Amino acid sequence: MKNIPVAAMLGLLFTGLYFLAAIFAPLLAPYGMAQIVGDVWEPSSSRHWLGTDSIGRDLLSRMIYGGRTTIFIATAATLLSFLTGSVLGLIAAVIGGWVDQFLSRFIDLIMSIPTLIFALVILSVMPVTIPILILVMGLLDSTRVYRLARAVAVDINVMDFVEAAKLRGEGRIWVIFREILPNALSPLIAEMGLRFIFAVLFVSTLSFLGLGVQPPQADWGGIVKENKDGIVYGIPAALIPAIAIATLAISVNLVADWVLNRTTSLKGGRG
Amino acid sequence: MTEDTFLKVRDLKIGATAYPPGEPPKWIEIVHGVSLDLEKGKVLGLIGESGAGKSTIGLAAMGYGRGGVEISGGEVWINGRDILSGSPRELRRLRGSEVTYVSQSAAASFNPAKKIMEQVIEASVRHGKFSRSEAEKRAVSLFDKLGLPDPETIGERYPHQVSGGQLQRAMTAMALCPQPDLVVFDEPTTALDVTTQIDVLKAIKEAIADTGVAAIYITHDLAVVAQVADDIMVLRMGEKVEYGSTEQIINAPQEEYTRALVSVRSISHEEKPPTNEPLLSVQNVTARYRGTNFDVLHDVSVDVHPGQTLAVVGESGSGKSTLARVITGLLPPRDGMIEFSGRTLSPTLAGRTREDLRELQMIYQMADVAMNPRHTVGTIIGRPLEFYFGLKGAEKKKRVKELLDEIEMGDGFLDRYPAELSGGQKQRVCIARALAAKPKLIICDEVTSALDPLVADGILKLLLNLQKREDVAYLFITHDIATVRAIADSIAVMYQGRVQRYGAKSTVLSPPFDDYTDLLLSSVPEMKLGWLEEVIETRRMTSAGN
Repeated sequence: MKNIPVAAMLGLLFTGLYFLAAIFAPLLAPYGMAQIVGDVWEPSSSRHWLGTDSIGRDLLSRMIYGGRTTIFIATAATLLSFLTGSVLGLIAAVIGGWVDQFLSRFIDLIMSIPTLIFALVILSVMPVTIPILILVMGLLDSTRVYRLARAVAVDINVMDFVEAAKLRGEGRIWVIFREILPNALSPLIAEMGLRFIFAVLFVSTLSFLGLGVQPPQADWGGIVKENKDGIVYGIPAALIPAIAIATLAISVNLVADWVLNRTTSLKGGRG
Repeated sequence: MTEDTFLKVRDLKIGATAYPPGEPPKWIEIVHGVSLDLEKGKVLGLIGESGAGKSTIGLAAMGYGRGGVEISGGEVWINGRDILSGSPRELRRLRGSEVTYVSQSAAASFNPAKKIMEQVIEASVRHGKFSRSEAEKRAVSLFDKLGLPDPETIGERYPHQVSGGQLQRAMTAMALCPQPDLVVFDEPTTALDVTTQIDVLKAIKEAIADTGVAAIYITHDLAVVAQVADDIMVLRMGEKVEYGSTEQIINAPQEEYTRALVSVRSISHEEKPPTNEPLLSVQNVTARYRGTNFDVLHDVSVDVHPGQTLAVVGESGSGKSTLARVITGLLPPRDGMIEFSGRTLSPTLAGRTREDLRELQMIYQMADVAMNPRHTVGTIIGRPLEFYFGLKGAEKKKRVKELLDEIEMGDGFLDRYPAELSGGQKQRVCIARALAAKPKLIICDEVTSALDPLVADGILKLLLNLQKREDVAYLFITHDIATVRAIADSIAVMYQGRVQRYGAKSTVLSPPFDDYTDLLLSSVPEMKLGWLEEVIETRRMTSAGN
């Protein structure tokens, strides 16, 4: 772990900070999540470091709990999208033929509908709970992962070492998980950072539009929504979650870049 | 310095930044103080294996360092100017005007979206040497001189509309068009078939003589450079090994390494008589690729006898590799059948038993893509043991070590990744992987073509030894007659998907020859002076790629 570049170090620091805050939220937050502790939009003070929100809840506590919700949903949705997307993508590439055609055209069909509108339609007819939110986001995002995984795997699938494995009589499971996956991993990992950030933005957007996390549960998009009217009166409460989203996005990307650089130069694997 | 010494290189040092895995980047020197002189109208051959620094030196003659390479010391004088101290503007004037370059792969160097003529005259027009119409006239006369068909109109074609050999000649025309003083030829014939190589070689040689330019000719094939060069410099790991006239290097080499290069391919192998029961019998196989409407193989029948080697020779496109794909089951034939070990093989891979697969192994041309870059040598060799014989843990490790010993590599390689091996070592590991299955037949698809001559020699010797010890048969696909002479028991010459000539080595390689076999046999460069002229005069047929 020596020789980490400064940018990656910064990225790691902030990413780690946000994730730790998310995990230990109940221990860190000075007040309860939905506890009304003061006046509306109090400025920052020693009692309320970030001030209070539109109905007098402590903004720092809301931010910490909100981060927990946002990061949890984004992480779960990213994992789900990677699991389904990459497994389906690799399968399509290895089996080929009509399986590939069917999956690819089906994915094209879903991708032809703008993601946000698709999500809004589904969420407006379904009960908006966190599991449903994760499912919808994860499955919609998995189309992009599928595209990438398939494209990378199609390239690897025609290489001689894969042919050698097939000539040896190896089954598809071995070919997919032992021959192709290790070589497809570095672009997938880099994409994972990017997709995680998209998931954060996506869940925040949904909450801002009122179809994501429901009040009184806190999340960053929701906090922007609740406090957006304050901006007219010069109250910065809505900007704080925005800054949090931006810093998280940048720092995760810095880490993903570094991981990508490391894994591609490692042992001279595929570039 | 005499008036004639037009290129003078003194104590040239070139280095690059290396990025070893897991370590901080470091500066390494790749050329350690090389000096050379070149007179006008003379050709200097630079020869050595990969990594010898020959291309790097060639490019340095243009004041250029490729991809992170930097010229760190020494002097390069052209026409009495030290070009290394020149400004970028001066270098720009030099390149493509006074000094030009012909690369190994013309196909990758031409812009596919522009017509040939436009690219051939670009440098001349850009540097203001000729007007557009003058340059075009000059290009046409060069096309003619280089033996390209339809010199008047060939410039109107796009690069993909001419063959590889023709494109390589067009590139030579491009280099000669601005009337340069020096042309650097960087392995111009290495990517071509032997039968095409001869024509390109002849064209280049004549063009050099006609235009009176000085040339640096870079190659790894001593026999080729012996045909074109006046002087030869033998390089190894960035250092000069020997430098002298072509005659001296070929006929009286002084250094041990040069002697090894000159006498390469001296392996001899006594031909064995065929047995009654062939191990593999390919009978009347006809095959085509899916989605196409022409046959790549027509009625091919060959036998491989147990413990013997069948060499399948032919130029690219002759169907050699397709034959291998049919035998392995990757491409089911349209017609005909394959018998192996007394049983009929299923035409498809899926229909074959594990025993069929185990007894028939394959080694590829490009060892570096034939191994998973994310697996260690131990995993690569161990997997067939685990897969076919169920070996695990210590038992497996012991067998892997035995196999590493057999391919003359120690068990220190167990935890290495393919990227940490040299080209020859990679091919050895692939051989060990095939051997691990205890096969009866190994298909070797151009296994030595991508290797340096000395390394290839080592691989051939290893294969012969293994054949003696393990009694394994080889189906050896190659375009190189010298390799065939070294290892085959019987030979099948393939041409346009048909077996042109087939039989025991001694019969196939003795006259009377059919026209194609004659062409193929005579096209293999021989390590003697004046061979090229001799062949051009006596051959009966020109290559298919012409």
